[in-house]
Amino acid sequence: MSELAITVLQFGLLLLLWILILSIIAAQGRDMMVSKRSRTRPPRNNDAPSTAGDGEGTPATVHHSGQMPRPRPKRLVISEGPLVGTEIELGSIPIMLGRAQECTVVLDDDYSSGKHARLFPQGSRWFLEDLGSTNGTWLGDEQLTRATTVEPGDRIRIGKTVLELRT
Amino acid sequence: MKSKNPDGHPKPRRTIELLLLLIALTIGIGAQVLVGLNLEDEIDQRYWLEGGLQVGLALAFHIALRLKAKYADPFILPIVVTLNGLGIAMIHRLDFTSRYDGVADRQLMWTAISMVAAIALLVLLKDHRKLRQLTYISLAVSVLLLFLPIVPGLGQDIQGAQVWITIGGMSFQPGELAKITLGIFFAGFLANNRDLILLAGRKVGPLTFPRLQDLGPLFLAWLIAMGVLIVQNDLGNALMFFGLFVAVIYVATSRISWVAIGVAFVAVGAVLAYQFVWHARNRFDIWLNAFDQEIYDQLYGSHQLVQGLFGLAHGGLTGTGLGSGSPQIVALANSDMIIVAFGEELGFLGLSAMLVLYLILFSRYMRAGLGTRDHFGKLLAVGLAMVLVLQVFVVVGGITRVIPMSGLVSPFLAAGGSALLANWLIVAIVLLISHAARRPIVVGPMLNTTGEGASGTEDPLRGRPTGEQRPVTEAPSAHHPSGGPALKEGEGR
Repeated sequence: MSELAITVLQFGLLLLLWILILSIIAAQGRDMMVSKRSRTRPPRNNDAPSTAGDGEGTPATVHHSGQMPRPRPKRLVISEGPLVGTEIELGSIPIMLGRAQECTVVLDDDYSSGKHARLFPQGSRWFLEDLGSTNGTWLGDEQLTRATTVEPGDRIRIGKTVLELRT
Repeated sequence: MKSKNPDGHPKPRRTIELLLLLIALTIGIGAQVLVGLNLEDEIDQRYWLEGGLQVGLALAFHIALRLKAKYADPFILPIVVTLNGLGIAMIHRLDFTSRYDGVADRQLMWTAISMVAAIALLVLLKDHRKLRQLTYISLAVSVLLLFLPIVPGLGQDIQGAQVWITIGGMSFQPGELAKITLGIFFAGFLANNRDLILLAGRKVGPLTFPRLQDLGPLFLAWLIAMGVLIVQNDLGNALMFFGLFVAVIYVATSRISWVAIGVAFVAVGAVLAYQFVWHARNRFDIWLNAFDQEIYDQLYGSHQLVQGLFGLAHGGLTGTGLGSGSPQIVALANSDMIIVAFGEELGFLGLSAMLVLYLILFSRYMRAGLGTRDHFGKLLAVGLAMVLVLQVFVVVGGITRVIPMSGLVSPFLAAGGSALLANWLIVAIVLLISHAARRPIVVGPMLNTTGEGASGTEDPLRGRPTGEQRPVTEAPSAHHPSGGPALKEGEGR
C-alpha cells in the first residue's frame, strides 16, 4: 500500500478517535446536569414498605398540602421536658437525638433511648426517623414508623421531652 | 438529547451504545490493521480472527447489558473497548521489535478472560447492594491479597517491586484485585459509620476535626498503605489505596478537614519513605535530577524516564504514525510506559484524545454514583472512579515528571492480565450501579429503610401529583391502632 494511503489512514484514525469523543459528548446531552433526577411515579397499588402497626400499610402521615416554598426551619426548640427552653441551630447536617453522649442533642430524659431518633434535612425539609427506640418517637398524635417530614410547629415527642421546629 | 420519553421513564439507550461500540471497534481493529500495513506485515487470517474475537466479545457484553442491566450507562462500554483495543494494537506493534514477542496474543487472551469474567459478574451479582454484606470479608481479602506476594515460594521480585505471585508458571498481581475489595470495604464501612464520623468532632476555625477514635480507620488505611510500600516496595499502589480512602471519606462527610489530615499523612509517609526506603529515594532522585548524566547512566536510573520524554517530544502534534516511531527504546514500553508509545506514534492529538476518554470515563463513573440512591452505591462508585483517576494521574504524572514515577499501569491500555481483569470487573460493578441509578423506581419491600438515601425517606409528596393528598376520609384509618401516645413508663430503659 502506498505511503500516502497509509498517512491518510493514520489521520483517519486520529479523526475517528475525536469523532467518538464528540459523539459521546453530544449523546450525553444534558445528562451531566444534576438537577432533577429521573423519577417516576410509584405504582398505584400501595405496597410501600410498611411496618407492623401502621394500619393499612399506607405511608406515614403527610402534614401539609404541598404548596409553594415554605420558609426553611432554622431552630429546634425544646418546649417541654427536663431541658425546656433549649434551642439548637439547624444547619445542613443531621441531628441525632438521645441520651448517649455522642448525640447532637443529649436528652436528659429517662424515657429516651441512647440513640433515640434522627432529624435530617433533605431538600428544604427536615425528616424525622426513629432509630429503634424503646418508647418510640411521636409526631403529633402518631408514633413514627418510618422517616416522616416534620414541619415547623409539629410536636416531636421523645419520652417526656417535646421538641418543635421553628422558622 | 432527551433521555426521557413522555411517561417520564428513562430510556435504556442501548442503541446509542451499539452505535458507539461500532466506532470503538473500528478504532481498535483499525489501529491494529494499520500497524500491520505500516510494518509490511501480511494482513492475513490472524488479523481477522483477532478482530472478530474482539467484536464478538464486545457484542456479547452489549447483549448481556440489554438482557440484564437495560438502564446501565451507555458510554462506559464503548470507551473501555476503545482503550482496550488501542492497547492491544500498540502491544501488537511493539511485538514487531526485538524486545517483545507474543505479548499481544497474551493480552488478547486476558481481554477475553476479563470480559467474560465481567459479564459473569454482571449476570450473577444483579444488584451492587449485595456487595455491602461483604464489607468486612473484603477487608480480610484485601489484606490477604496485598500480602500474598511476600509469602515465600509464591512471591516474585520483578524490577525492585515485590508484587507478583507465580502459580504454575502463570504470574499474577493480586494487589490489582485489592483495588476492588478495598473499595468495597471503604464504601461499606463509611456507609455504616458515616453519621458517627459526621456528627462528632471539635471545631477549630473553619474546619471541624474528627475525634481521635474516629481516626482509627484512617490510620488503619495509612498503615496498610505504608505496609504495602515498605514490604512490597510499591509506591504507586500505596498512594492509590490511601488516595482512595481519603477521597471516599471526603465524599461521605463533605469535611475538608479529612483532606487536610490526609495530605498531612501523605507528607509524613513521603518523608519516612524517603528516609528509610531505598527504592523510594531512588525514585525521588530520578524525578528531581532526571537529566543528570550520572543518574541517567546508573542501573535503575533515569534512562527510562528521559527517553520517554524524548519519545513524547518526537511525537509532536500528530505523531509519527503507528509503526513508524521507535517506542521500544524506552524500557517497559508496552506496560508502564505505554502512554509514551502512544504519545510518540499518535502524537499530541492521539494521546490527548485518550486522556479525554479517561476523563469522560471518570465522569461516567461519578455520574453513576450521583444517580444511585443508596449510600453504599454512591461511595462505591466514587471510590472506583477515584481508583481509575488516580491510576491515570500517577502514570501520566510520573511519565511527564509531574510526580515521581511509580509502578502503576494505565488502565485498559497496558500489557498485564491482572490489571486488565481488575479494571473490567470494576466496569461491571459500575455498570450495575448506573443501572440501579437510572432504572425506574420500583417501590418494594426489599429496599433499605434507614439512612438518608433509603427509599423510605423520600419525600412522600414528590412522587405524587402536585399538592394532592390522600382524601381526608382516609386519614383516621391511618392512625395508629393504639390511639395516641401512651408512654410505657415501666419500660423506661
